Amino acid sequence: MTDLAVTSPHEWNPGALYRQVRYVLGENPITLIAFILFVLIVLAAVFGPHLVPYDPLASNTAEALRPPSAHHWFGTDQLGRDIFSRVVVATRLDFLIAITSVALVFLMGGLAGVAAGFFGGWTDRIVGRIADTIMAFPLFVLAMGIVAALGNTVQNIVIATAIVNFPLYARIARAEASVRREAGFVEAARLSGNSDWRILTFQILPNVLPILVVQMSLTMGYAILNAAGLSFIGLGVRPPTPEWGIMVAEGAQFMVSGEWWNATFPGAALMLAVFCFNLLGDGLRDMIDPRRRT
Amino acid sequence: MLTMTIKRLATAIPSLLGVVIVTFLLTRALPGDPAAYFAGPAATPQAIQEIRAKLGLDKPLIEQFARYVVDLAHGNLGTSLTTGQPVATELRNRLPASAELTLLGLMVSILIAVPLGILAATKPNSIIDHACRLISTLGVSLPVFFTGLILIYVFYYLTGWAPAPLGRLDVFYTDPPHVTGFFLIDSLIAGQPDTFMAALKQLILPALTLGIFSLAPIARMTRASMLAVLSSDFIRTARASGLSPYTVIITYAFRNAMLPVITTLGMVFSFLLGANVLVEKVFAWPGIGSYAVEALLASDFAPVQGFVLTMAVLYIMLNLFIDVLFGLIDPRVRLEA
Repeated sequence: MTDLAVTSPHEWNPGALYRQVRYVLGENPITLIAFILFVLIVLAAVFGPHLVPYDPLASNTAEALRPPSAHHWFGTDQLGRDIFSRVVVATRLDFLIAITSVALVFLMGGLAGVAAGFFGGWTDRIVGRIADTIMAFPLFVLAMGIVAALGNTVQNIVIATAIVNFPLYARIARAEASVRREAGFVEAARLSGNSDWRILTFQILPNVLPILVVQMSLTMGYAILNAAGLSFIGLGVRPPTPEWGIMVAEGAQFMVSGEWWNATFPGAALMLAVFCFNLLGDGLRDMIDPRRRT
Repeated sequence: MLTMTIKRLATAIPSLLGVVIVTFLLTRALPGDPAAYFAGPAATPQAIQEIRAKLGLDKPLIEQFARYVVDLAHGNLGTSLTTGQPVATELRNRLPASAELTLLGLMVSILIAVPLGILAATKPNSIIDHACRLISTLGVSLPVFFTGLILIYVFYYLTGWAPAPLGRLDVFYTDPPHVTGFFLIDSLIAGQPDTFMAALKQLILPALTLGIFSLAPIARMTRASMLAVLSSDFIRTARASGLSPYTVIITYAFRNAMLPVITTLGMVFSFLLGANVLVEKVFAWPGIGSYAVEALLASDFAPVQGFVLTMAVLYIMLNLFIDVLFGLIDPRVRLEA
């Protein structure tokens, strides 16, 4: 097992990678669907505001609460705004919140974890203690507390989402780094006169990266859910900004009176996005690290 | 066994300390002047000054922390600005509602996830295996507040099977006499089957919502650990001895496979306690989650702080309980300790 894990960096081989990607996609068509969904989400995030038929903020009270029709594919909300346009435009904000928070925790958790695993001793103890303390909270509850304390802004939602994911990244990076600390190629690098920091950056980090990238994909879904959950209870994003969580919150009151389209379409968009990232993460993991497959 | 339990209890102390420090630091991180914050928007400068002295905010940080710990030791979590009630009292009154909902959610989750995981493991790569993967991925992908709303639409608006999603009991019923605070138990103690049914009807949808959200880790772990156990030698021997598949799977494999599943319960509780806040908001459930959300929106910080602390302490205690339970079930853990 450990022999497999302690390999030097793979040589870049596009042919083999392509074959492996095709094998994984062929074996598991669901991953292919997830990949297509991912492309759609990225397109909506990049070009969304230019593609939609209506201004997502323009209200038209004469057309309020209309069910889905040829003019308004997803219907209109209580102010007569086109829900389809709002759902598509919201993609960018939700995607940005998730990706910045994941990138942030990737940097913080990844670096802290690698340093803890490589140096051991006090670094390890401090990082471990911080991770344990965060893990002592139910994650969503801690995120609520952080946003409440730091202030009710989108930026703080990003920070809170990154902080609650910190232990996960730090632990994985630590485990991967400590396995390789005594590996042959590290010893070789040390004997040829490389400093600790140089070994960390050029030998250890490239080996830990693939696992962390899989983790990024797996936590993207969670990050979207977490951010949407926070805005659902009224934190961070404020109306009238189109964002999936807040749109579901605004549409919730109409669920009991039968205007289902208000909450259903943004909720479904949210679900599809999270579903896509979870499946994509599973597929990526099968590609990069088949041993962890469940 | 006793030494192991005591040792395990000792390991919870650093976590508790960390939680207390973090909740203390959360108030320090408040933007602007905490005294003005606690005093509310309409306070005069003099009132703010009084509050600063009363809260001890003019003292050094270490002394403030000591004060905070002493207050906690006396069960004092501060006073809510909006209701004027002590936070500890309100949390205590509302806790049974949340606990009843969360525990029922956990039961629903186990009842769906464990059979699903076992079936998936006995027939790997079959339709039921793919279904298990799909359901558990869907479960974690569905935003918990969205699941709740869909259930309300289908079972309240469309079919009318469920009562209005407005709290723990329909307005026509009165609360059963308080014993445990759990309406299901209290109504049975008081001998009120009508109230029991009414409380159960209110509970089903939110509990199902929580169950769907948290079943994924249990289902996946049940499947993975059943697969591992089913390929071991003693299962092969049991099969070769001609035991029925049912006996092999339930009596031999399942009992061994359950151990890793119990360890995932810690993660499941993290899911449940967090999702609880959202579910309580959707179903207007009068628990501690909706209390914290109301306070949060009113910028009333003491209840939020108390809520975060309560949840963290509950979560640490649940993890502790799971570990001790694990030691009781698996003698090997006891030997190691």
